[in-house]
Amino acid sequence: MDAQTKTRIETLINSSPVFVFMKGTKLMPQCGFSNNVVQILNALGIGFETFDVLTDMEIRQGIKDFSDWPTIPQVYVKGEFMGGSDILIEMYNNGELKDKLEIALAS
Amino acid sequence: MVQPDAVGAAIRSALPDAKVSVEDLTGGGDHLQVSVVSEAFEGLNRIRQHQLVYKALKEELKSEAIHALALNTSTPD
Repeated sequence: MDAQTKTRIETLINSSPVFVFMKGTKLMPQCGFSNNVVQILNALGIGFETFDVLTDMEIRQGIKDFSDWPTIPQVYVKGEFMGGSDILIEMYNNGELKDKLEIALAS
Repeated sequence: MVQPDAVGAAIRSALPDAKVSVEDLTGGGDHLQVSVVSEAFEGLNRIRQHQLVYKALKEELKSEAIHALALNTSTPD
């Protein structure tokens, strides 16, 4: 990944307390896994921003190298990688996600 | 697509003690639900646990032979 892509990724991640790299958009997710994450965050009433990796091959590949995580979606909270769809579902189901987001967003 | 047996074998080559179950969600061999139980996950957070499995399946994911992978990791009881 070149320095410019890395800088763009860091700028995106820091542009919102909760940031999601996904396929498609909030209103039109293009993949079931991305849709899972959108639905979970909506259900918790959490505001978040997204980037559609299908529109940008450099970000699509770069984000995988950035986090050492080979799949999309990827969720970042306060600049920290929190996980993909499976982890978000698990954290949502056991209540951990709500607690973590509330703490992160309060600080 | 990949054979479910090959997925299990690839994971066990990285995590020899792993108990792996692979479910083919669509019958197409590229949308998989995989559960992995291994001592190697002890003390690691979920991100690190999943990264170990992703690393074992690096080529399959990169080539998109596996297009979608739902993953569940845990340690033996």
